[in-house]
Amino acid sequence: MRKVYIYKGFERFWHWSQASLIIFLAITGFEVHGSYSIFGFEKAAEFHRTASWLLIGLIIFAIFWHVTTGEWRQYIPTTKQLKDQVIFYISGIFKGEHHPTQKTELSKLNPLQRLVYLGFKIILIPITVGSGIFYMLYKTFDQNNLIVIEDYPLASIAFWHTLGAILLMIFLVVHVYMTTTGKTPTSNINAMITGYEELEDEDETIENINNQTNETK
Amino acid sequence: MVNVLHKEDNYNLKLEELKHKYALKEISSVNHALLPALDKEFKTPQEVTEACLSCHTETHKEVMASSHWNWERTAYVEGKGITSAGKKNVMNNFCLGTSSNEKSCSKCHIGYGMTSNHYDFNNSRNVDCMVCHDNSEEYLKGASMAGYPDRTVNLEKVAQSVGSPRKSNCGSCHYFGGGGNNVKHGDLDVAQNSCTREVDVHMGANGMNMECVACHTTKNHQISGKLYSVSPDNTNRATCEQCHTNTPHLRDVLNRHSSKVSCQACHIPVYAKVNSTKMSWKWSDAGKLKDGKPYEEEDSLGNHNYMSIKGSFVWKRNVKPDYIWFNGTAEQYLLGDTIKSVPVKMNTLHGSYKDHSSKIIPVKIHVGDQIYDKVYHRLVQPKLYGETEGDSAYWKDFKWKEAVEAGMKRSGLPVSGQYDFIQTEMYWPVNHMVSPKEQAVSCAECHTRNNGRLAKLTDFYMPGRDRNKILDGFGTVMFVLTILAVFGHAMVRILSSIWKNKYEKQIINYDDDKPTE
Repeated sequence: MRKVYIYKGFERFWHWSQASLIIFLAITGFEVHGSYSIFGFEKAAEFHRTASWLLIGLIIFAIFWHVTTGEWRQYIPTTKQLKDQVIFYISGIFKGEHHPTQKTELSKLNPLQRLVYLGFKIILIPITVGSGIFYMLYKTFDQNNLIVIEDYPLASIAFWHTLGAILLMIFLVVHVYMTTTGKTPTSNINAMITGYEELEDEDETIENINNQTNETK
Repeated sequence: MVNVLHKEDNYNLKLEELKHKYALKEISSVNHALLPALDKEFKTPQEVTEACLSCHTETHKEVMASSHWNWERTAYVEGKGITSAGKKNVMNNFCLGTSSNEKSCSKCHIGYGMTSNHYDFNNSRNVDCMVCHDNSEEYLKGASMAGYPDRTVNLEKVAQSVGSPRKSNCGSCHYFGGGGNNVKHGDLDVAQNSCTREVDVHMGANGMNMECVACHTTKNHQISGKLYSVSPDNTNRATCEQCHTNTPHLRDVLNRHSSKVSCQACHIPVYAKVNSTKMSWKWSDAGKLKDGKPYEEEDSLGNHNYMSIKGSFVWKRNVKPDYIWFNGTAEQYLLGDTIKSVPVKMNTLHGSYKDHSSKIIPVKIHVGDQIYDKVYHRLVQPKLYGETEGDSAYWKDFKWKEAVEAGMKRSGLPVSGQYDFIQTEMYWPVNHMVSPKEQAVSCAECHTRNNGRLAKLTDFYMPGRDRNKILDGFGTVMFVLTILAVFGHAMVRILSSIWKNKYEKQIINYDDDKPTE
C-alpha cells in the first residue's frame, strides 16, 4: 500500500464547488418549476440565475484545466474490463471481492466511471446548461432597448432543462452511493477532500485478483 | 452581518426625474376674472360660449372635431370596413344605449340641447366649454336636461374661473358613467379627486397629485387615450411607457416582462379600492312592483342591489382584475349587429399570446343580461327615459314591448315583437388606481401551479405554473426507483457482510474453543 496524492487542489475545488452549485441549482430550480416553495418564486429565480452564471464560469475553468493538464485522457472510454466492473457491482461486491480494476494516478477511473462521467460531461451537462442558456436568452434587449423574444417555444426549452435536471438528480444519488464502495465506505470521499488516497501497488492488485480466482476455484 | 446582508433600494433616476417634472404644477398665464368679455351677466350658457369664442376664435373647430363632441370616431375595423362608432350607436350592458334616451344621456355630452338624434353637430354656440374648464367646482349639468347646466349654476362665476381641466372636470362625467359613481369603470371613482397614494399613486393628494390631463395629453382639444367600450383602433393612446419608458425597472428580469405583460397587470393589484363598482346587471329582473309602484333595495354598503326600473345588480369593492391578451384593437357591438355568440360580447378586445403586439392587461368584466329580439337575433334598444307615463318609456310604464318598439322605431330597424333576455359581457381595461410599487403583484401570484392570477390564460408556457406532466411523472418514478435500487444494493451489502463476519467469527470461535493451555 502507498499513500498517493491523487486529486489535485483545483480538481477538488472544482468537484466540490460544482457539486454544491448543482445541488443549489436543483433546489432553486425545482422551486421555479413549481415543485415546492422554500425561498419563494422571486428569490428562487434570482438565486438560480446567479448560481447558473457561477456554474458556467466554473465549467469554463474546468474545461481549461482538463485540456491543459491532459486530464481529459482520464475519460477516454474503454470496453476493456467494463463487463468485469459491472459484474463486480451486481455480484462480486456482496461476496467481499476486490475491485477488478486498479486505481492509479494515471488511471483514476474504472471503465464504468469513464463511460458514465464522459456521458455526464458531453451529454448531460451540455443538455442542461445549453437549455438553461437558451432559457435565459429567451428574451433579450436590442440596441434600442426593445425586447426581442426568440422564436423557439419556451415549453420545449423547459422540457430539455427539466429532463437534464432529473437525470442530474438521478446521477447525484447513484454517484453519492457509489462513493461508499471504496476500500472503506468513506475512503473515496476522504480522498476527494484531502486529495490523498491509499492505493494498492500493482503487484498487490495482481496478487489479490489471483487469490480471488483461487478462492472461487 | 446585518449591515452586510442589508441591501439599500437602488436609486431609480428615471423615476426621480419624472417625479421632479410633475411636481412643478403649471400656472395659468391668464386670469379670466380680469377679462372684460366675461365681466357680465350671462342669461344662457350659449352666451358664455359666445364670450369664449370672442377671444378663442377658432377653438370651437377643434372641439367640434373631437369625439367628446361628435360621440363617435371613424376608424377601419377588420371585417366591417370603415365604420363610425361611439356613444351614438354602440350598445352596452349598463343602460344599454343612448338612442331614444338622449335627453337623459346627454348630461355627459359637451354640448347643449341634445334631445334626440336630430342634434345639430355644426352649431358652435352649443359647445359646452365650462364642463371641462370650470375651475370653481360650481358647474353642474342638470339631470335629464339635454346637457344644459343645472339652474342653480352661477354662470358668471364659472366663466371667470376657467382654466386647465382638473380631475373634478373630467370626473364629472367619467366617474359617473352608467348612472352613478364608479359604476362602469371600477378604476375611476369620485374618491380620486382627493385620495391617498395607496389608492392612486399618480392622483393621490399625498402623492404626485396629478391631473388627468397630465397623462391624457392634449393637442388642439384632441385628448389622448381612449376607452375600448367605444373605440376600435390602436391610435392616440395614453400609455404608461410614454413617461416611464419600456424599461422602467432597475432589474432586467422585470423589464423583460414588459414584452408580454402590461404595466397595469402588475401595478394595479385591485381596483374599486374606495367605492364599489357594478360587476353584474340583470335587466331580466326589472319590472317587479310593490303595490303597483317601483321600488329599490340596498346592500350592506349602501349600493342599490335592486331597482324596479333597472333590475338586479352585484357590486364589489377591492376587486382582483381578470386578465386577457390585448393588442390595442377592439370591436364593439353596434345597434343592428347580429348576435354571433352567447354570452354576447358588447366589446371584443383582440389579442393572443402569438400576436406580437399583444400584452396581458387587467380588465373588469361586467356581465349581465338584457333584452333581445328572438327572430332577428339581435340586441334591441328600448326607450328607457320618458317625461311622463304613457310615453312608452320603460322607466315609467314597465312595458318591454312598447319600450322596445319606441326605441327601435328611431333606428329604423324592424322588430318582431318576440323578445327574451340574453347573457352579455363587457370588457373594461383597468388603467387607473395604480398602487405604490410595494403593493405590486408579486411574482408568485402568477408563477404558481394552481389558482394563479393568470390561470385562465393557457395559450403559453409560464415557468412555475406549467410543466410537462409526462416528463415530471417519468422523472419522479425514475428518481424513486433509483433511490430504492441504491437502498436495496446497500442493504444486500450490509447483510452479506454481517453474514460473512458471522461466518468468520464462527471459525475463530471454533478455534478459541480448543483448549490452549
